[in-house]
Amino acid sequence: MIEASAILAIAHRDFIKLLRDRARIVTSFAFPLIFIGILGSSLQSGFGERAGTNLLVFVFTGVLGMTIWQSTAQGIISLIADREEDFSQEIFVSPINRYSIILGKILGESLVALPQALGIIAFGFILQIPIGPDQLARMALALVVIALFGGAFGVIVLANLGSQRAAQQIFPFIFLPQYFLAGLFNPIANLPLPLDILSKISPMRYAVDLMRDAYYSTTAERVQLFDAGTNLAIIGAMFVVFMVVGTFLFVRAERNR
Amino acid sequence: MIRVEDLVKRYKKAESNAVDGISFQVKAGEFFVLLGPNGAGKTTTISILTTTLSPTSGGATIDGSDIVREASAVRRKVGIIFQRPSLDQNLTAEENVRFHAVLYGIYPYAPTYGLMSRGYRAKVEELAKLLGILRDIHKPIKTFSGGMRRKLEIMRSLLHDPKVLFLDEPTAGLDVPTRRTLWEHLSEVRRTSGTTIFLTTHYLEEAEEADRICIIDKGRVVSFGTPDDIKRDLVEDYVLVDAADRSALVGELARLGYTTSGGAPFKLHLDGHTVHAVLRSIDTPLNVVKTHTPTLEDAYLEIVSRSHD
Repeated sequence: MIEASAILAIAHRDFIKLLRDRARIVTSFAFPLIFIGILGSSLQSGFGERAGTNLLVFVFTGVLGMTIWQSTAQGIISLIADREEDFSQEIFVSPINRYSIILGKILGESLVALPQALGIIAFGFILQIPIGPDQLARMALALVVIALFGGAFGVIVLANLGSQRAAQQIFPFIFLPQYFLAGLFNPIANLPLPLDILSKISPMRYAVDLMRDAYYSTTAERVQLFDAGTNLAIIGAMFVVFMVVGTFLFVRAERNR
Repeated sequence: MIRVEDLVKRYKKAESNAVDGISFQVKAGEFFVLLGPNGAGKTTTISILTTTLSPTSGGATIDGSDIVREASAVRRKVGIIFQRPSLDQNLTAEENVRFHAVLYGIYPYAPTYGLMSRGYRAKVEELAKLLGILRDIHKPIKTFSGGMRRKLEIMRSLLHDPKVLFLDEPTAGLDVPTRRTLWEHLSEVRRTSGTTIFLTTHYLEEAEEADRICIIDKGRVVSFGTPDDIKRDLVEDYVLVDAADRSALVGELARLGYTTSGGAPFKLHLDGHTVHAVLRSIDTPLNVVKTHTPTLEDAYLEIVSRSHD
C-alpha cells in the first residue's frame, strides 16, 4: 500500500511538472509534426501516389509509436537531471523500494507522453488520415504498452550514464540510428543481413511495429512485420530484462560512487 | 544511537580515501557536530550514514540497524537536510510536503490537497502556521526565500518522527540574520522533539552549542569530545619571551624549571601558572613579552593547519 501510494506520488509529480512547463508541451509536438507534416506529406506526394501506397499513414503510425517510446525513455533519463538538481536525494533516502521509484517514474513519464499522443492523433485527423474507432481503440492500447516499454529502455540507458552531459551527447547515437533501423520512414522488410541484425535488436522497432499493427491489422494493407502477439512477447521479454538489470545497475551505480 | 566503526570510503578513480578509518559514537538525544574544513569528508560520512553511498570498508549502525544490510530500516529512522536544497522547484510548498509524507508512508496518496486525509491537512496547516506561511503554502517553492525553504525542509524532514536528524551544512549560503533565525528554529525543534541531531559544519560558532564535537580533516578524526574537552586538550596557553641576553634567559628559564619550545622568541608554556607569576620570577631583562590565550576557533585552525603540514 505504501509502495503503491509512493509510485502514484512519483508519477503525479512528473505529470504536474509537464503541466507547469508550457514550453516543454509546445516543443514536444514540434518534431513529430515536422516529421509527419513535412516528411510524411512530401514522401506521399513524391513516391506514395506512384507506388500505390499511403506513405503519409506509414510515417504517421511510425512517428506516433516512436514519439511515445522516445518521450518516456528520455523522461526516465531525466532522473539524472533530478540527481544534478539534488531532488533525487529526497527520493533516494526515503524508505521505499528502488523498483517502486523506477516504476513510479515510468508511470509518470507514460502519463506525460499520452497528451503528446493525443496531439499527434489530432494532427492525423487534420491531415485526413482515416482512423476508425476500432483502430483508435487498438492504437490507444498499443500506446500504453509502448510508453511502458520506452520507460524500461530509459532505465537501461540511465543505468549506464554518469551525467546529464553524457546523456545529451549519447542521445543522437541511441535514438537516431533506430529511426532508420525501426523503419520510421523507410521500409525494413528486405534489409541486408548486417542491417537486418541491427534492426532486429533495435527496441524501437518493436514499438513502431506494434503501433503499425494496431493501425493496419484491420486494413487490406500489410506493412507491419510481426503480428501483435509476437511484438508483445518480444516487448514483454525486453521490458523485464531492461527493468531488472537497469534498476539493479542504476541503484548500484548511485551508491558505489 | 549512532555507532561508526573504522569507516573508509575511497571514491572510484580517487588516489586517496575521502573518509579514512573514522570511528565515533553518538548518544540518543545528543546534539552532535561533525566539524571540519571543506573537503574533510563530512558530506561523504553523512551520505554513507544515510545509505545513499556505500562504504569501501568498515561500517555503522543507526539505532541498531546496519547501514548496509538494513538500509531500508535506517532510512525510516533518519531525516536529512542536504547541503543543497532538495525541494522540487516545480511544486508548491504543500506539494513538496505531501510528496515527502507519501514517500514515508505517513499518509496515503491523493492527487489534490483537498482529497488528502483530514489528518494530513491538519498537519500541513499546523506546520504552515508554525512557519508563518499559511497564506503561501500553496505557492510555488520558487517564490520562497532561501531561509524559508530551509525551515520548510526541516519541518518536512521531521514529519516522519526520525530518531536522528542529519543536517549537512544547512546554513551554507545563507546570510547572517537568516542563519540566526534558522538556528533558533533548530534549537526549538530540539527542545520539543528530543531528536538526536547530527550536524556537519565548517562554522565553528555553530559547534559551540554542541554536546559533543568530532573534528575531522582529510578523512581522519583529529579531535573528539565536548567543546570544553576540545578547548582543554588543544588550546595551549603560553607566553612568548625574548631578551637581549638570550643565553642568560635560556639558562634562567632552565634553572626555574620552565618548559620552552622553539627558537627566539621562546615559547614559554604556562602549565597552570599565571602569566603574572611567571614574569615576576624572571630576572633577566625581557625585551619581548607576548601572551597567547587562544579561543576555540584558534584551536580549531591550529588543528586543521597541523594536519595539513
